[in-house]
Amino acid sequence: MAEPPTPGARLRESLAPLLILAALAATPMIALALDDPFIVKVATRVVIFAIAATALNFVVGYGGLVSLCHAGFFGIGGYVVGILAWHDFNAEPLWFMPGSSDLALTLPAAILVSGLVATIVGAISLRTSGPYFLMITLAFNQMFYYAAVALQKYGGDDGLQIMSAITLGPIDVSNRYRFFYLALAVLALTLLLIGRFVDSRFGMVLRAASRNETRVIAVGVDPWLYRLAAFVVSAVLTAVAGALLAAGQQFISPVDMGWDRSGDLVVMAVLGGVGAVWGPALGAAAFVVLELVLSSWTTHWQFVFGLIVVLIVVSLRGGLADLGRTLFSRDKEEAKHG
Amino acid sequence: MTPSLIIEQLLNGVQLGVMLFLMSAGLTLVFGIMNFINLTHGSLYMIGAFAGAATQAATGSFLLAILAAPLAAALAGLALESALLKRFYGRDHLDQVLVTFGSILALNEATRMVFGLTPLRMSLPAALSGHVLIFGVPYPAFRLAILVVGLVVAVLLYFIIMRTRIGMWVRAGASNRPIASAMGVNVPLVFAALFAAGAALAGLAGVMAGPILSVQVGMGEPILILALVVTVIGGVGSIRGALVAALLVGVVDTLGRVLLTPALGSMAIFVMMAAILAIRPKGLFPAHG
Repeated sequence: MAEPPTPGARLRESLAPLLILAALAATPMIALALDDPFIVKVATRVVIFAIAATALNFVVGYGGLVSLCHAGFFGIGGYVVGILAWHDFNAEPLWFMPGSSDLALTLPAAILVSGLVATIVGAISLRTSGPYFLMITLAFNQMFYYAAVALQKYGGDDGLQIMSAITLGPIDVSNRYRFFYLALAVLALTLLLIGRFVDSRFGMVLRAASRNETRVIAVGVDPWLYRLAAFVVSAVLTAVAGALLAAGQQFISPVDMGWDRSGDLVVMAVLGGVGAVWGPALGAAAFVVLELVLSSWTTHWQFVFGLIVVLIVVSLRGGLADLGRTLFSRDKEEAKHG
Repeated sequence: MTPSLIIEQLLNGVQLGVMLFLMSAGLTLVFGIMNFINLTHGSLYMIGAFAGAATQAATGSFLLAILAAPLAAALAGLALESALLKRFYGRDHLDQVLVTFGSILALNEATRMVFGLTPLRMSLPAALSGHVLIFGVPYPAFRLAILVVGLVVAVLLYFIIMRTRIGMWVRAGASNRPIASAMGVNVPLVFAALFAAGAALAGLAGVMAGPILSVQVGMGEPILILALVVTVIGGVGSIRGALVAALLVGVVDTLGRVLLTPALGSMAIFVMMAAILAIRPKGLFPAHG
């Protein structure tokens, strides 16, 4: 990582996300050809979790901060969209504001709320590091979960059904295909944004601090603020993914923000490979498809899934991204270090 | 809010606190010595509860259930440690989270395969199913029994850790593993024994919760997260910190749920944790100095 990457590696790193996006973009056509709209539903789920996993990986893979409260942010995004739509449908103002089902308004609201919450949670959690950080974020996730369960007005335990039609400005996005491309566009933006951040000075400080914090401090940089910024960026993008999930399936519930969902997101990131910006997107696809295939086999699919997670962490350390690099790279050494 | 209700809720809080202490004792020491975050601790609690419920269903004896639970949890813990978790002591925390997360999914589902979806019920022996009067307030005898057992175990554990040679090894390992190792402490052996003991305590907590809550898959994770909060507040690796923090969390959580709105009540301990960490990032009694 220290030496500049070879032109070949650089090309591969920028080509890989394009290939992923292109493959995803083709799925609605496959669905139309096969006349199987279920494929689009699955692909939308893949894209949404790909956004969240990519965002999470910014702190996990590059910042070395294993956050277990990202499902909480995911849920906050979903609930902001859901609650505003509820107030729109019931024509009841939320304090002084009217509700809205327009994503052009509710997405920025989700970004704002999650950004505020993430700043507070991050400022407290980042006072600690390593395993403490992990445990505290897990506790915060649980706090968000209980807060959602306590929202009796908005369904509590049972979750919140969105009754109004979701739009984006003048465009109606309740059409499944249109919604898929909206989510795909957000994924493309997320990959671009995180990619730019990783290569910037911001990303460099973040990576350096996760390798050796003492040296970073010794050269006169306080990593705390960089970590907080990364945490907030990552939380906000995860909340956007949650908002899209709520808008897409017209439903959000506390189950979507359980602590195990936070674990799932980490598994997705690791499954795909935390060393590449685009790795977690692959991981999300593998995860969603695996979940689907296993659960169609047996109701006890979680048993098999748990064993697979254990096997992966015992054996495949660089994730699918590394596997891909090793397969497509002629220079095996480069793949190992890249 | 009558005084009798306050007394009852305070007792409930202390009772939750001693249960949390049983859970956190293993968690905090395992973490303190091996720097390993054992998220499967909640599954060991669940295994204890199921082993207890199954034993009671088979034999009808509550006493046998109480004995079987810690034994089953200790055996499960030992098996897990020696077969899998042992390899992850030197690995980074991300790998530790993943391996324990995968294990939780598999263990939960395996339990569901064996015992099915319906929660099991444990019944109380006649001697413990009545009420006793405390300061004139009727209080369920079983909850009082939990409280007493928990306090006795806590005192015993405190004595073992603070006053015996084995306890000294454990503390030495928790505060500085390489030096303790160099001074002749067989850290891997102490650790395996400690892991089993921690698992046994989790199993004991599980079977004692059995008659109060229902015995079902997924019962381990909420208590695991509370135990993590206790560990963080108390200071990782500190048995004294775990005791103080467990009682604090137990009482604040129980009173919070009674005195505040449901939303605020369920968040009370997390707010407390945030406040304590803002002042003392390493917890109340950090073992690593």
